[in-house]
Amino acid sequence: MSVLLLAEHEQGQLKAATRNAVTAAKAIGGDLHVLVVGSGVAAVADAASKIDGVAKVLVADSALYAHPLAEPLSALIVSLAGGYSHILAPATSTAKNALPRVAALLDVAMLSEITGVVSPHRFVRPIYAGNALATVESADSVQVVTVRPTAFDAAGDGAAAAPVEAVAAVADPALSRFVSADLSKSERPELTAARIVVAGGRGMQSGENFHLLEAIADTLGAAVGASRAAVDAGFVPNDYQVGQTGKIVAPDLYIAVGISGAIQHLAGMKDSKIIVAINKDEEAPIFQVADYGLVADLFKALPELSAEL
Amino acid sequence: MKILCAVKRVVDYNVKIRVKTDQTGVETANVKFSMNPFDEIAVEEAVRLKESGAATEIVVVAVGPTAAQETLRTALAMGADRAILVQTDLETQPLGVAKALKAIVAKEAPGLVIVGKQAIDDDCNQTGQMLAALLGWGQGAFASKIAAANGELTVTREVDGGMETIALPLPAVVTADLRLNEPRYATLPNIMKAKKKPLEIVAPDALGVDLTPRLTVLKVEEPPTRSAGVKVPDVATLVAKLKNEAKVIP
Repeated sequence: MSVLLLAEHEQGQLKAATRNAVTAAKAIGGDLHVLVVGSGVAAVADAASKIDGVAKVLVADSALYAHPLAEPLSALIVSLAGGYSHILAPATSTAKNALPRVAALLDVAMLSEITGVVSPHRFVRPIYAGNALATVESADSVQVVTVRPTAFDAAGDGAAAAPVEAVAAVADPALSRFVSADLSKSERPELTAARIVVAGGRGMQSGENFHLLEAIADTLGAAVGASRAAVDAGFVPNDYQVGQTGKIVAPDLYIAVGISGAIQHLAGMKDSKIIVAINKDEEAPIFQVADYGLVADLFKALPELSAEL
Repeated sequence: MKILCAVKRVVDYNVKIRVKTDQTGVETANVKFSMNPFDEIAVEEAVRLKESGAATEIVVVAVGPTAAQETLRTALAMGADRAILVQTDLETQPLGVAKALKAIVAKEAPGLVIVGKQAIDDDCNQTGQMLAALLGWGQGAFASKIAAANGELTVTREVDGGMETIALPLPAVVTADLRLNEPRYATLPNIMKAKKKPLEIVAPDALGVDLTPRLTVLKVEEPPTRSAGVKVPDVATLVAKLKNEAKVIP
């Protein structure tokens, strides 16, 4: 058995989600090779080689991979797939885009967002927005799997660095072209990796009011998130969204402010260790999952919270 | 340009699902079904492209049971022109559905395929990407904005860090994300008209497609439930509890 794991990285940094996926790979067993694909990614490969349990790092460093377009990325993975029993990746937007393509090209089924490894061919994954957990077995010769990062601990660094080996880029299928990116810039920790998340919902009433949350987030070193309603209303950009189809988070502390707690939102945060809800509607479903609930007007509670902290 | 959309019949998003006591799956008897919400967005986008003159015909396809005809009629009422049901009683899985859609694409030769990014029952988020791979086409997954011009499609995609815009030569596959549009409600006259629109039923065998599931569901369980904690009277108590009891803030 051997696992090929696609590393996730951003701006020359290995992303923490890769480490969570390594833990899932170790639970599967066998030789673990990490694949780093990008342009100017020597530092990412170096960081990946130090993770405990990694036997080898493959690096495809080419201008062709400056942006993770699904078609060239999946063509590369398919070219390397021979000999691997499992192809894994953390369930990021890059992997969700490319891995189904890999699975189809290999003519195998895919398992999305696993949260548990029962055996090398048997996995647990949430269905119906996490309202049910399915144990699924694949009969295919190769298992193509995305891993929900919050379900696995992050693997630390090992004693010795694994060898790093360059692999050649494969011909660009030229089926898509990168035009532009509009990425949010923030000094705050990344939403999916933050230890504390402060999130706002429709109750925030406007984008300007999010500064009340930002002040608290900065005091706590927290990330700022939002419900779908707040994103749909245009208060904050889409990458703030926590929920079934947004980001899945499981921080030590999740503070939900002015969020009613729709099923789709709960799906994205109910595995947080401690949940705090601040909402003026005492019937709001968010209180059913909150460890600490405060029934209050958020415009009064948030300045008080800022002062207390 | 002809557009092909795929729709799935799923348990309505408002239904609080229940896991069967024998752990074989989720209770679907006497439960309301409707069109997968992301597929509604896909159909809406196709209808808007037709209304803008960028598309000439919309063919909508479902792979599923006889009852999925209702879902197809809903799409016809929204503005699709024709429907095709690939009829099967097997549990549908993304790879099989993508193969069935590939066979339909071979017959219909659309210039663009739009599907929802994921079905809200199995939450797979695979079919569109798999179809693009099988066709050897480019893909614009998680689209929040699309524009067609000069035989090319510009797709703005929702990605982890924000937004990304790519260009795809046509034909291509697009998967619809939440903010691509807000689907219309079908009006009564359009629902009546939809009853007369053509709906063709084909067998997977006739397409040369094997829909046998590759994944076996061994059991389905309830997730661990989270119980409600305590209500705190004020902010000072909240902060004290977070510091001293939960110990999550210094």
